[in-house]
Amino acid sequence: MSLIEITDVRKSFGQTEVLKGIDLDVKPGEVIAVIGKSGSGKSTLLRCINGLETIDGGSISVAGAQLLPDEAHLKALRLKVGMIFQQFNLFPHLTAGGNVILSQTVVKKTPKREAEAMARKMLERVGLAEKFDAYPDELSGGQQQRVAIARALAMQPIALLCDEVTSALDPELVAEVLAVVRELAAEGMTLLMVTHEMKFARDVCSRVVFMHQGRVHEIGRPEEVFARPKTPELRQFLGVQ
Amino acid sequence: MIEFTIWDILRNLLLAARWTVVLSLVSFLGGGIVGALLLFLRIGGNRLSTAFTKYYVEFFQGTPLLMQLFLAFFGLGLFGINVPAWLAAGIALILWTAAFLTEIWRGSVESVVRGQWEASASLGMGYVQQMRYVILPQALTVAIPPTVGFSVQVVKGTALTSIIGFVELSKAGTVVTNATFQPFTVYGLVALIYFALCWPLSKSSQILERKLNVAHRNH
Ligand SMILES: Nc1ncnc2c1ncn2[C@@H]1O[C@H](COP(=O)(O)OP(=O)(O)OP(=O)(O)O)[C@@H](O)[C@H]1O
Ligand SMILES: [Mg+2]
Repeated sequence: MSLIEITDVRKSFGQTEVLKGIDLDVKPGEVIAVIGKSGSGKSTLLRCINGLETIDGGSISVAGAQLLPDEAHLKALRLKVGMIFQQFNLFPHLTAGGNVILSQTVVKKTPKREAEAMARKMLERVGLAEKFDAYPDELSGGQQQRVAIARALAMQPIALLCDEVTSALDPELVAEVLAVVRELAAEGMTLLMVTHEMKFARDVCSRVVFMHQGRVHEIGRPEEVFARPKTPELRQFLGVQ
Repeated sequence: MIEFTIWDILRNLLLAARWTVVLSLVSFLGGGIVGALLLFLRIGGNRLSTAFTKYYVEFFQGTPLLMQLFLAFFGLGLFGINVPAWLAAGIALILWTAAFLTEIWRGSVESVVRGQWEASASLGMGYVQQMRYVILPQALTVAIPPTVGFSVQVVKGTALTSIIGFVELSKAGTVVTNATFQPFTVYGLVALIYFALCWPLSKSSQILERKLNVAHRNH
């Protein structure tokens, strides 16, 4: 039983076809790393799954529900699938707590008190209990990204999409964010993450997807993909001969 | 011949300045309401309403305010509607103010980065919720200083309504000059009164800009 079913998904921007028929099934609890060169379509794939881009062909379903481009279907999908962005995208006019509370009260109509309790719990989970009242610009990049993770978790999604969540961070801040992601993986959260952290992918992921020119070029368990790349493109990408 | 003291002159000018203030307030508030409506037509509406607001703004920004006043004053007269000067002045200034405010505000909304739309969408918010809780609060801090700054243009714009015969500060200046034959004194006082009205506005716009900028970077 797949949690996320991606079937022959195609996406073009103008004349350029960026996704040329992607097939991918993600089972509950799987942690999947998506790797590949710049421009290979990794972000576009994640954005399609979350409905930030509309697909031109194929189908995507999450927990049995089809992705359709009307507001009601999109909302239902986004309640199941959270997304973490490279640039954090915290709401700068709200505190860390406010960021985590907002969508609960507005989208799920959770009562204020419960939403606040949930926000405190989630901030604690990412190790930022004491930053409840801090504004985003008072936080380091790593802390901001952890608040973003708490914000997504507070919606209780069944899967998380992570697009290069550590790429905008100073090197010394990468570890704290990866530690949180690692913990989520250990707790059984389904994760689909675009990453350049190869060591992390090797250690944590159950499968690795190598994308090349809009296609899934190679897919497999990390030990196979990293140790015995089959295609010359992947060998070149990994820098092994 | 009657002698006029400075006090006589000033008193008459200040009485007329009340109408400058009233007309400015009406134009600014009315223009704000119309401008907000236009803003929603522009960014939330369909292609037709977007095109309408675009041409509306281009017309009012692309022609002199004086011509707009003439059109409101004489144009409606062509249809047999007798427009008093105060009404023509009010209508023209409201529509003119709306055009500029809606552009200022559109720019503020568009200055909110795309990531804010995407993050709020990915959390399941609909368009109205995104606007209400995420985009507009941020756009507001951007919009306040230029909006307050523009109010200075509105105050100065009211001076033109003297030409269609509305008696506000500038018109009173002309009237008083004709009675006193002291143009330099009279227009000097007129300028001082305008300055007293406008300076606090432009100064507060500057202060707000500095404050809100700092607030945005560091709470
Ligand atoms: N909104 C858009 N409009 C036009 N072209 C786009 C748009 N978004 C992405 N593209 C193009 O689609 C291709 C794939 O982009 P995508 O962002 O998915 O790549 P990526 O694998 O995430 O790369 P990176 O590692 O640099 O993030 C690129 O050639 C990009 O220029
Ligand atoms: Mg990308």
